[in-house]
Amino acid sequence: MKVKNKVFCLVVILVSFMTALTSCKHETYMQGKQLYEAHCNNCHMEDGVGLAKLIPPLANSDYLKDNQDKIACILRNGQNGEVMVNGVMYNQEMPGKKYTEVQITNIINYINNEWGNDYGVVRLEDCTKAIRNCK
Amino acid sequence: MKYKIALYTVLIGLITVSCNDKAPTSLPKLGFKKVIDGKEVDHTVKNWSFLNTDSVTVTNKDLSDVVYVSDFFFRSCPTICPKVAREMKRVYEEFENNPQVKFVSFTLDPKRDTPQKLKEYAANLQVDTDKWWFLNGDKDKTFDLTSEYMQIGFEDDEAPGGLDHSGKLILTDKAGHLRSFSEGTDPDETPKMIRDIKILLKEYEGKK
Repeated sequence: MKVKNKVFCLVVILVSFMTALTSCKHETYMQGKQLYEAHCNNCHMEDGVGLAKLIPPLANSDYLKDNQDKIACILRNGQNGEVMVNGVMYNQEMPGKKYTEVQITNIINYINNEWGNDYGVVRLEDCTKAIRNCK
Repeated sequence: MKYKIALYTVLIGLITVSCNDKAPTSLPKLGFKKVIDGKEVDHTVKNWSFLNTDSVTVTNKDLSDVVYVSDFFFRSCPTICPKVAREMKRVYEEFENNPQVKFVSFTLDPKRDTPQKLKEYAANLQVDTDKWWFLNGDKDKTFDLTSEYMQIGFEDDEAPGGLDHSGKLILTDKAGHLRSFSEGTDPDETPKMIRDIKILLKEYEGKK
């Protein structure tokens, strides 16, 4: 009986620990997700696939993956002109926005790790530095 | 006992009937009716003429042999337009091989959305401009036309992109009557539009 109780306790502890862990994991990019839904989702879509040859994808996007140092400035100042993403040339103006550096960090971490993307995590210091050096 | 079984059967039957969201077999004519010479007349879209992507003038009369889905948009629109375009394209793809159905997008920003720019836009959206028209015309006339299609459009410096407008898809029949609409920003409403186009086409089948 005592052993059973111990096992039960252990299971309860384990389950609650895992629940806490998974819920923490979901919370990580919460602000990024909210900002994405408010400002990016209209064009890049909820699944990050963009639209035909008009709006480039963020999900599974070589451009996003290979230009991590530019993303903060693109979010802040927008982007003009041609960009090649996954072998397709896009040329649609993207408006920038006066996000704070914290917001930019959170958006990048959200899009870097959503839709199966695994492009790493950026730190606030990196974003601050990148924005200071925007062209 | 038998009485109970009968009661349950009726109950289950009622639930099934009430839950069965049956598709209508005909579509209403939408919009305010007018009284002309004492007779009630259905709302009919007034005549218009615009430039297509080849800078050729086209009019609503060129659409009198087809039913068409229309929307209002502009290329640089940072808000609802891409979502609406995506839903229009879903409907377009459903009727891609049916010459009875066309699509019409009116630009609310004719100064920047020249026929040439709209041609590029259509190519990038990967649609055929014979089937899906992108039309450019006088700005005031275009804004005026929004209300003909039960839409709203106005300039607003506060709005992103400087324009505020609704994103409905509107179905117009061969006589210029509005027959159905769906919210272009809501993907869940698009199947209803596809269904209604089929209902409308059936209406014409019977008349042949």
